[in-house]
Amino acid sequence: MPGPVQSVERAAAIVRLLASESEPLALGQIASALGLAKPTAHGLLRTLCDVDFVDQDQESGRYRVGRDLLQLGSTPLDINELRSRAINWTDALAARTGESARVAMFRGGEAVIAHHVFRVGSPHQSLETGSTVPLHATALGKVLISFDPGAARSVLDRPMESLTHRTVTDRAALIRQLADIRDAGYATAVEESELGEAGIAAPIRDRGGYVVAAVGIGGSVDKVCDSRGHPKRALADEVVRAARSISREFGHGRTP
Amino acid sequence: MSERYVAALDQGTTSTRCLLFDQQGRLVSLAQRQHHQHFPQPGWVEHDAAEIWHVVRRLIPEALDNAGAGPEQVVALGVTNQRETTVVWDRHTGQPVGPAIVWQDTRTAPLLQKLCDDLDETVIFERTGLPAAAYFSGPKLRWLLDSDPRLRERAERGDLLFGTMDTWLLWNLTGGVDGGLHVTDATNASRTMLMDLRTLAWDPQMLACLQVPASMLPQIRPSMGQLGRTRDPVPGIPITAVIGDQQASLFGQTAFEPGEAKCTFGTGSFLLLNTGTEIPRSRHGLITTVAHKVDGEPPVYALEGSVAVAGALVEWCRESLGLIRSPAEIETLAMTVEDNGGCFVVPAFSGLYAPRWESKAQGIVAGLTSYITKGHIARAVLEATALQICEVAQAMNRDAEVPLSSLAVDGGMTANNLLMQAVADFLDVPVVRPMMAETVALGAAYAAGLTAGYWPDRQVLKRQWHKAGEWHPAMDPGVRRFTLERWDRAVELSIAWGRPRDAGG
Repeated sequence: MPGPVQSVERAAAIVRLLASESEPLALGQIASALGLAKPTAHGLLRTLCDVDFVDQDQESGRYRVGRDLLQLGSTPLDINELRSRAINWTDALAARTGESARVAMFRGGEAVIAHHVFRVGSPHQSLETGSTVPLHATALGKVLISFDPGAARSVLDRPMESLTHRTVTDRAALIRQLADIRDAGYATAVEESELGEAGIAAPIRDRGGYVVAAVGIGGSVDKVCDSRGHPKRALADEVVRAARSISREFGHGRTP
Repeated sequence: MSERYVAALDQGTTSTRCLLFDQQGRLVSLAQRQHHQHFPQPGWVEHDAAEIWHVVRRLIPEALDNAGAGPEQVVALGVTNQRETTVVWDRHTGQPVGPAIVWQDTRTAPLLQKLCDDLDETVIFERTGLPAAAYFSGPKLRWLLDSDPRLRERAERGDLLFGTMDTWLLWNLTGGVDGGLHVTDATNASRTMLMDLRTLAWDPQMLACLQVPASMLPQIRPSMGQLGRTRDPVPGIPITAVIGDQQASLFGQTAFEPGEAKCTFGTGSFLLLNTGTEIPRSRHGLITTVAHKVDGEPPVYALEGSVAVAGALVEWCRESLGLIRSPAEIETLAMTVEDNGGCFVVPAFSGLYAPRWESKAQGIVAGLTSYITKGHIARAVLEATALQICEVAQAMNRDAEVPLSSLAVDGGMTANNLLMQAVADFLDVPVVRPMMAETVALGAAYAAGLTAGYWPDRQVLKRQWHKAGEWHPAMDPGVRRFTLERWDRAVELSIAWGRPRDAGG
């Protein structure tokens, strides 16, 4: 029987180190903490990122334990379960804003619509449940890639399609937007996937704080945006409020 | 500055919720808790009424907390409830004398023949609007009093009180042993088999037939009126509506006019058609029931098609079979296959309700082959609800002059797209979901808020109804015909299975 495989031992040490730290670590810190040469540590980290056991923050370049590793052994959220937990507050969001409301989750490399509520008073709408929306060009999609490194990788690792003249296709520009979305707690997209249409979305979190889905509204630019073309703050507040209420249904922010 | 709300207390079969709504009828706060289901023997279903009251005591403050609201901001409370479930308690101690017998319970099926010997079934139907079935409270109450001579003695001495869940909660909310109101409303009373539909008063002949002492019965009040104020757990909130859950959702769908209908998908499934002030008489197996009664106005009636087991079958797949971890997953499982593979599930757990009224029918799974996977079973489980509602809708179309041209739906199961599509497919009409799936609670809030003057009139509420989703029929007519035919045969099998061999022929 062969002896221990050194690279597996080292990879395990990296995962243990990252798991013990509350803040993401830089490559130099990891290398020195484990007594590894930087290129060796880098190679190991690259592989760990590829298998989703480690996440690298797009902006700072620092590393942390991947959510896939933390969720290993637990089953992913069922899309129908998501709909049944979100339905009441998504209805309320649509009623409050007068715009159509949707819940989306990252599934199989795409943002899949789990639930759709019609816009108030407009005829000829059909349910979009089960269809997909572009991750990089919609508010719902941008929430998912802002908070889910797996979703982010699926977008940032390949060329992005330009859907309108306002679609952000530059990787660096999108990464900056994602940081802003994380700061603001919600995402907006104005005419980025379809001319005349704008959207606002916010993250739905589970008990552990992981973003499992996004909820948002969509409507015409003249209704969703102010006179300067920015999505209205009051609507964003409603979206964030709905997202919090749905997150509570998943046990987020509740004392056990 | 401080906003005002209307509260609804929705005491359902598996859970209780307290919700707050704002002036636009939008959900502001929701607190919810489940209670235990007890199945002590085949066909028996029981609840602990004391547990349910305990749950309610926690929920009302929780719902206020969630909204950051004080009781003074709640202008009215509407109470709505699972119907028929029978509670008997001691008026001096406030303690239930035993488990509540739940509407789904079939223990009274053997009693029914005896009843019909005493009083002709057509008279019972004429008087109460109800067929002789195990479903209703009167036979459950009779069973309880028959089960223990000491209970009957205490009842006759006037020490015991009877009520459906609305009555039990109102009595406790308004003070319990310390002067609590012993009242019910006309919608709930119309489910006891003890009330005369025309007069909305207890019927002496029905009381005699079911051997129920009048002293234990609550006073029948209008569904909408000044009923009293809460004293517990939060004092001072005016209670201005009490209405059975299915009648509440008819109101919540704003089906105020004759000819307007709705279908709720919850533990059971219930299709109700508003018939106005006329008392309808079904010739096709539907119930006549009170839709609502406003204080000082004539009652409004409805035709009802009741299906005992809908969501309860999904819950059974989770709890008893372990097929799924949560009810919503039934759709995920059902989506793993294209069709039911020839498999049908007839969930006659409580016998069969409308339009068949076969108290002794038992559940079956038909069409099993080695081809069948749990995916097919899941699909058959969802189709069972759609097919039962299809039967009820067909009965309603035969009774009513104008067939349904679309179906307004509500309830937790409307989150299930596959089920809603199946309903549209089998009924061959569009299915429409309003922007508030919790229509039972909304209806109780509407009824309470209208009475309290929170909303000026019904037109305002009509304008608050918005379409949230719609499903269109997309099934090949040949497939539909074939499926309905197979279903009909499966139902006949379930009826035959429940029949004793010698009597069945």
